Amino acid sequence: MQVYLDNSATTRCYDEVAELVCRVMCRDYGNPSSMHHKGVEAEQYLRYARETLARLMKVNEKEILFTSGGTESDNIALIGTAMAHHRRGRHLITTRMEHPAVLQTMAYLERQGFEVTYLSVDREGRISLQELERAVRKDTILVSIMHVNNEIGSVQPVAEAGALIKRCNPQTLFHVDAVQGFGKFRIYPARMDVDLLSVSAHKIHGPKGVGFLYIRDGVRVNPVIYGGGQQKGMRSGTENVPGIAGLARAAELVYAELDRDVERMYALRRMLIEGVSRIEDVKVNGCPGEDGAPHIVSLSVRGVRSEVLLHALEEKEIYVSAGSACASNKPQISDTLKAIGVERDLLSSTIRFSLSVFTTAEEIEYTIQALEEMVPMLRKYARH
Amino acid sequence: MFTAFLIKYAEIGVKGKNRYLFENALVQQIKYALKRCEGEFAVRKTDGRIYVDAVSDFDYEETVVHLQKVFGISGICPMVYVEDEGFEKLKETIVGYIGTVYPDRHKSFKVAARRARKNYPLNSMEINMELGGAILDAYPEMCVDVHKPDILLNVEIRDKVYIYSRIIPGPGGMPVGTGGKAMLLLSGGIDSPVAGWMIAKRGVKIDAVYFHAPPYTSERAKQKVVDLAARVAAYTGPIYLHVVNFTDIQLYIYDKCPHDELTIIMRRYMMRIAERIAKDTECLGLITGESIGQVASQTMHSLMATNEVCELPVYRPLIGFDKMEIVDISEKIDTYETSIQPYEDCCTIFVAKHPVTKPNLNIIRRHEHNLDEKIDELVQTALDTKEVIIVR
Repeated sequence: MQVYLDNSATTRCYDEVAELVCRVMCRDYGNPSSMHHKGVEAEQYLRYARETLARLMKVNEKEILFTSGGTESDNIALIGTAMAHHRRGRHLITTRMEHPAVLQTMAYLERQGFEVTYLSVDREGRISLQELERAVRKDTILVSIMHVNNEIGSVQPVAEAGALIKRCNPQTLFHVDAVQGFGKFRIYPARMDVDLLSVSAHKIHGPKGVGFLYIRDGVRVNPVIYGGGQQKGMRSGTENVPGIAGLARAAELVYAELDRDVERMYALRRMLIEGVSRIEDVKVNGCPGEDGAPHIVSLSVRGVRSEVLLHALEEKEIYVSAGSACASNKPQISDTLKAIGVERDLLSSTIRFSLSVFTTAEEIEYTIQALEEMVPMLRKYARH
Repeated sequence: MFTAFLIKYAEIGVKGKNRYLFENALVQQIKYALKRCEGEFAVRKTDGRIYVDAVSDFDYEETVVHLQKVFGISGICPMVYVEDEGFEKLKETIVGYIGTVYPDRHKSFKVAARRARKNYPLNSMEINMELGGAILDAYPEMCVDVHKPDILLNVEIRDKVYIYSRIIPGPGGMPVGTGGKAMLLLSGGIDSPVAGWMIAKRGVKIDAVYFHAPPYTSERAKQKVVDLAARVAAYTGPIYLHVVNFTDIQLYIYDKCPHDELTIIMRRYMMRIAERIAKDTECLGLITGESIGQVASQTMHSLMATNEVCELPVYRPLIGFDKMEIVDISEKIDTYETSIQPYEDCCTIFVAKHPVTKPNLNIIRRHEHNLDEKIDELVQTALDTKEVIIVR
C-alpha cells in the first residue's frame, strides 16, 4: 500500500484539474492579451478563475492577483508594501515561525534598512496578542502572520490579530500567509481585517507554479515584476492560463464538501495521534486538539533520527517529511521547532505527517502499525 | 576555420612492439569521446600520428573539451588543411592564418616546415625563410625568435598542406583499456572519484562498488554516487557500478562487536565484498581514496587492518596527498560540487565518538569471530542482491 502523508509539501492533483490544465495547454492555448478569438477564449479562463476565487472568499474579483505561488505572493506582499509605504514608516512585524518565503524576505528588507520585530510563540506555536499589541507602533507599515504553520499545524488567531492591529494603528497593513490554511478553513479576508493574503495551488490538489495574492481594494502595493503590464501592471508576464484555470477548479473542488472533508481529516488525525501516542517516548508537537489544523501532525521520536525514520517509512511506501533536515555535517534545525521550544535532543528526531482528502483510515492504521514495529528496532541502533 | 586536430601523445611513443595496441586503444577512446560531440568525425592513424578530421560542421569548443578528457592525449593541435596551389598562394594563406588566429600580433614566432613530399620545389629551410619573410612583411609588429618563439608555426607539406600552431594540453596518461581493469570503492566523498580518475589515467578501465545502507542512507545519497561515477565515466568510458546493500551486515557488526571497532570491521567487510566482486568481474586490483592519517580508519595501523583481508593489490593513489591537493584535482575533474552535497554515507552513520586509531590486529580478528554464526550468509545475500548500474 502506498501512503502519501506529505501533503503539506505538495498534494496529488485532482484528475479533473489535470485534465482541465491539459485542455487549456493543448486546445485553448491562446495568450489572453491577444486581440483575436484565441486570446478572448484564454481570457475567459482568467475571468472565470477570478470570479470563482472571489466568490469563495467573499471578496471582489479585482482583488485577486495571480502569481507563481506562495513564495511569490509573500514576496510581493512584503516587498511591494515596504516599497510603497517606506515614507510612512520602516517598521515591520512578523513571527519567529514563518515560512522561509516570509523570513528570508524580511531578512532582505532588514538589509535594505527596514526594522523587523519578530513575535515569539508559545509551546503550542501560537503568538500572544498582548505581545503583538505592544509591538505595533506608529511607524509600523505591515504585520505578516501565517495562518497555519506548515511544520506543526498550529493556527494563529488571525481575525483577533487583524482587529487588534487596526485598533492599534489603522494604517498598518496586515498580511496573512494562508498557504497551509486555505482549503482547510473558510477564510474571509475582508471580515478578518486582512489586507493581503497568500495562497498556493499545489497545496490544494492544484498544479505547481501557480497561486494568488489577495490585495484588498485600495491597498497600495508596488509591483515587484515589471514588463508588459499584464494584470493592471501589478505583475507583468503572460498569465499562466492553464495553471490559473487549474487553481480555480481545485479551489472549487476543495470547497465543494469542505466541512465534511475537514471533519474526516480531524478524525483521521485524532486516530493517528492516539495511535502513535501508544508508542513509548514519542511526543506530538504543537496543538494536538481541534484548535490545530486538521491535516498536520508533528511527531518527535526520542532516540531515532528523523532522516532514518523517514527512509524506514519509505521502505514501507509511507511518505512523510523530516521535521528538520539534518545531515551529518550540516545540521539544519528548523526555526519553527526551535521557536516552540522543542528540546534539543528531539530537534533532529522530528517528522511530520500531513493528510489530505485522499487519506483513508486504512492508510493511517497501516502507518501506526509500521511505526509501532520500526521505532523500537531503530532505537536499538543509534549513533553513540 | 579549423577543420581537423592533430593528436599528440606522449608516453605511447616510447612503447616498443606494443605501440600499435596503445595507438588503437587511443583511437577507440577518441572515437568514443567524439560520439558526445555535435558533428561527424573521421579518426585516422597515418604516418605514426593520429588525426581527427571533421567531415561535417562541428562545434569546435565542445570538441576540444571532450578531447581533453581522453587519457593518452598530451596535446591537441587544431589544424587547417589547404590544397597545394603553389607557393605564392601558400604565403597568402599563412599570412591569413596568423591574422585570424592571433588578433594580438605583438609576438615572436618561428616557422617550422616539414616536407613529407620531397619533390616540393623548395626545401624546408627555404620554406621557413620565405614564409617568415612574408609574415614579417605583413605584420611588422611581429619578430622572429628561433629559440623560444611565442608562436611555433608548423607547416607540413603532405598530400595537402597542414598548418597548425597551437597546442592545447590534453590530460596525459595512457588510453583507458590498455592497462586492465580495477574495482573502485566509491563512497560519495571527495577522495574516491579522484582516486578512480588517477588510476584510470594510467590506462586502467574502472568499475565501481558502492555500499548502500537504507534506511540510514537515502536514495539521494545513491544518486549522488551515480552522478559522481558519471563524471569519472566522462574520462573512462562506461563504468559498471555495483550497488551493494550493506545495512544488515552493518547492523550485525553493531550488535556483535565493540563499538569503537565498528568502522574498521565494517571496512574490512567492504574490502572483502569489493574483492569478491572484483574477482568475479576480472578486475586486477582494488582502488580506494585513502590517504594516510586523514581519519581514524586511515591511520597506518587501520590501513594495515583493512589491507590484510585482501589478496588483490589495493591501489591507493592519494596515499600521500593532503586534502587540499585532492580538492584541487576534484575541482579540475568537476566532481567536487557533487561530492560536497550533504548526504550521509554508510561510513558515518554509526561512527563512534572515539573510534580506535591504532587497531590491534589480533583483537580485531578475535572480535570478528563473534560474527561467525551469520556473517557468511549475510555477505552472500549482499552479493546476490546487488544492483548493477551501467553509468555512462
